[in-house]
Amino acid sequence: MSKLKSTGQQTADAPTPEDAFHEAATYEDREKGKAPGEKSAGPVLAADGTPLKRSLRRALRVQKMRALMLIAPLLIFVLVTFIAPIADMLFRSVENQIVSNTLPNTVEKLEGWDASQEGAPGEEVFESLYSDLFLASEAKEHTRLGTRLNYEQTGLSSLFRSTGRDVDDIGEDQIDALEDFNEVWEEEGFWFNLMSGGQGAEKDTALVEEQRRRLAALTGDDYDAEIGFAPGAAISDLLPRTARAYTAFALFTVVDDEDVVAEEEPWEAVKVALIRELRAGVDLSGYDGPGAAELRATQDMVADLKPIEFKPAFLASDEDWGTNDIWTTIQMYSPPFTSGYFLNAVDMEKTPQGPEARPETQQIYLMLFERTLFMSLVITGSCILLGYPVAWLLANLPMRTANLLMILVLLPFWTSLLVRTSAWKVMLQQQGVINDVMVWLGIVDDASRLVMINNQFGTIVAMTHILLPFMILPMYSVMQTIPPSYVRAARSLGATNWTSFWRVYFPQSVPGIGAGSILVFILSIGYYITPEIVGGTTGTFISNRIAYHISSSLNWGLAAALGSILLVVVLVLYWAYDKIVGIDNVKLG
Amino acid sequence: MKLTHALLASTAMTVAAASAHADDHMAMDMTLVSWGGAYQESQRKAYAEPYKAMHPDLEVVWDESSNEAVAKLRAMDEAGNITWDVVDVVASDAMRLCDEGLAMEIDHDDLLKPAPDGTEASDDFGDLIVSDCFIPQIVYSTTFGYRTDMVPEGTEPPSEVCDVWDLETYPGKRSLEKRPINNMEWALYCDGVAKDEIYDVLATPEGQQRALDKLDEIKDDVVWWSAGADTPQLLADGEVFMGSTYNGRLFSVIEEQDQPVGMMWDMQVFDLDGWIIPEGLSDERLARAKDFVRFATDTQRLADQAKYISYGPARQSSAPKVGEHAELGIDMGPHMPTDPANAENTLLYNYEFWADYRDDIDAKFQAWLAQ
Repeated sequence: MSKLKSTGQQTADAPTPEDAFHEAATYEDREKGKAPGEKSAGPVLAADGTPLKRSLRRALRVQKMRALMLIAPLLIFVLVTFIAPIADMLFRSVENQIVSNTLPNTVEKLEGWDASQEGAPGEEVFESLYSDLFLASEAKEHTRLGTRLNYEQTGLSSLFRSTGRDVDDIGEDQIDALEDFNEVWEEEGFWFNLMSGGQGAEKDTALVEEQRRRLAALTGDDYDAEIGFAPGAAISDLLPRTARAYTAFALFTVVDDEDVVAEEEPWEAVKVALIRELRAGVDLSGYDGPGAAELRATQDMVADLKPIEFKPAFLASDEDWGTNDIWTTIQMYSPPFTSGYFLNAVDMEKTPQGPEARPETQQIYLMLFERTLFMSLVITGSCILLGYPVAWLLANLPMRTANLLMILVLLPFWTSLLVRTSAWKVMLQQQGVINDVMVWLGIVDDASRLVMINNQFGTIVAMTHILLPFMILPMYSVMQTIPPSYVRAARSLGATNWTSFWRVYFPQSVPGIGAGSILVFILSIGYYITPEIVGGTTGTFISNRIAYHISSSLNWGLAAALGSILLVVVLVLYWAYDKIVGIDNVKLG
Repeated sequence: MKLTHALLASTAMTVAAASAHADDHMAMDMTLVSWGGAYQESQRKAYAEPYKAMHPDLEVVWDESSNEAVAKLRAMDEAGNITWDVVDVVASDAMRLCDEGLAMEIDHDDLLKPAPDGTEASDDFGDLIVSDCFIPQIVYSTTFGYRTDMVPEGTEPPSEVCDVWDLETYPGKRSLEKRPINNMEWALYCDGVAKDEIYDVLATPEGQQRALDKLDEIKDDVVWWSAGADTPQLLADGEVFMGSTYNGRLFSVIEEQDQPVGMMWDMQVFDLDGWIIPEGLSDERLARAKDFVRFATDTQRLADQAKYISYGPARQSSAPKVGEHAELGIDMGPHMPTDPANAENTLLYNYEFWADYRDDIDAKFQAWLAQ
């Protein structure tokens, strides 16, 4: 419609409001084009007095809305079940929030650390790591982080798993001393009173909200439930870390364990935080809330304890915590978004010095991309060669014979993909039908049977066979529309068989070849089952690696990056095809 | 007003009490996930059918997705809709599911029945409980089979794993799994690394290269498999001379299908398979899943499974109860991977090692394969 130049000249369709709209527009343009001296007739009005242009535009809008409503079910269906999941999946190729969600304080402290120096960062970072890892291991999220980081640095999976087991033993001796000194530190009720500041005390609700967000980010669950606890403002001012640890404990107790805060003894991490804050010499003189006397007495006692040292404790759990590599990896992958997966997908890796190529023994993806494109082209080419004569026959034979032939083309189409692929295995293997026949005929020696499967050849043969109908059908429907009289006319004018075919018939069938090629090429680029079964090691595609990372290694980020690249390559090729051949020249019938 | 409330409350309580009393405050349908094929069939006959006989109204649905259980459970968890109740996985997958918080941690002594002599379940299963989420079921092994009719005349049939590398004495194709696990260990072992040092060597880049170099010697003669059914088929077709696969598959080729195939138990790699219960089931479904697992892993039931397939029961107390094959009537004892005669030289799958090195070594292995 947009190409409509002047007044509604459509002949085939009935006039629509849009036609009238254009008509009105041309009319007004004419009005405007009048010489300045001429008297203008003013805007043309509709029957109800509104300007015609506006009322037509309204009519047009209503019509467009109706059209949209008609396709809405399909549109919503496609958006919800196709576009949204794909977008979500592809988003994983850059998403990396797991590190900063699991170890928020550590990541923050690590920002200032210079990775180029020897060894691990200092005590301060390890203290944050302790509080982060303690919470993460209570929520059982630390092993997920270990799995994630193990993709980048071998060994992190078991490091996080084993340290997660040891983390509640850190500060064990000091906690024992605390509990031996006064057994109130083992009493649930005493702790609850101390931390909540007693009834009617002013509460620090901001801290609860902060910890709700922290836990929600860590676990992905909802922590909005009412927990029946809020830290007292006084104690939260005095002992901020203890209050924070206790609040996290309270939220976790209510939401995950479905227990009552006042009936549960707090975590080791809470006691460790208390011991550290008391040792740091917090001024208790102004405090007169619940447990004030016990706190003061305990402060004197803990001053004599051995300090809790986190770095040696972590190193005792696993000496790998002292190595530079571990911390470089954590620092490098701490931002919420990463280019790491995409770099992996093109055989590169992130290093502190920027992206670098992987060692040659680990390069695989670029080669697989190239192989996928090359083999898809070969498959498309062989489909054209094999499909063209068949399509020509179909289009030119008498109806009855053509129908029979058509069934033969469609028959494999209705057979299960797995069955067809397995059938090729039986045909092509060394003890298979083809080799047996050739040995029987004496063409090859029994000892040197041909290797036709588990390599590129096998994949190309099987996939050409499987994708052939996608080539034949569009070619056939285009060839059917080519009037035979053209070729006859060429022949009667003296053209040879070849000339009349090549100069007259073939150019008219090109749109069918184009449509078939696009179908076959794009289908084969994403093929996975057939190369997996008959491809061996040299005939597999990039899609086999994507499938491996989705279902076996669970590295969904890398799979998403590989998938994104594949999608972009296909779109670029499609664009190039449109530029060179023109998508208008593609006909499916 | 008050009276109505009281009446309503008491009715509600009666209904609740009645339903709690009925045997089934448990879900009346249950989805079991397994590997399909003969293995799933053995589970159906040994566990599901007797269990269903006790609970006739229960509907049991089987899903053959164990192969990608971890990926699917992760997807279900993200979608917030767990549709599986009990899932059969290999031990390494159970560990991964546990790590990801997708499988439920259980108390083995609490959930599982003690042995008939009163031994606690955790002692009866012993070291086979490799993860807090894992309920062991069978011990299986990955080992080699060979075509007896392809052994060159005048030579002894192959009996050691290193014969796989001996292309001169035993010419022909081999089939190996298209992944580094097991292959790297065998390669290092046959390159002269002592058995207890294999993983120390394999942890270093030089050791990994050494294993790949050793595999290079036979690379041109290897057909790589990815499905457990591949090697039995390749052996049956005569496509390969020898190949690695699960011992139960070889048993089926040799004894049930009567193919000219022999067994090589040397350096078989033990691995475990068992149940996990997904995290996040509703109370009724969880009660049903626990009840089923408790039933299906008792001493007799585990021994029963060995009537249908040659995998060793995971309980020590089940071993003496292993009898004859249900159809062939042959004694199953000598076909168990754990039989002393078969287990002279074995290796145990190193779960910790592969959890760490899997991604790294796999990248190198795949790059090596593609060269």
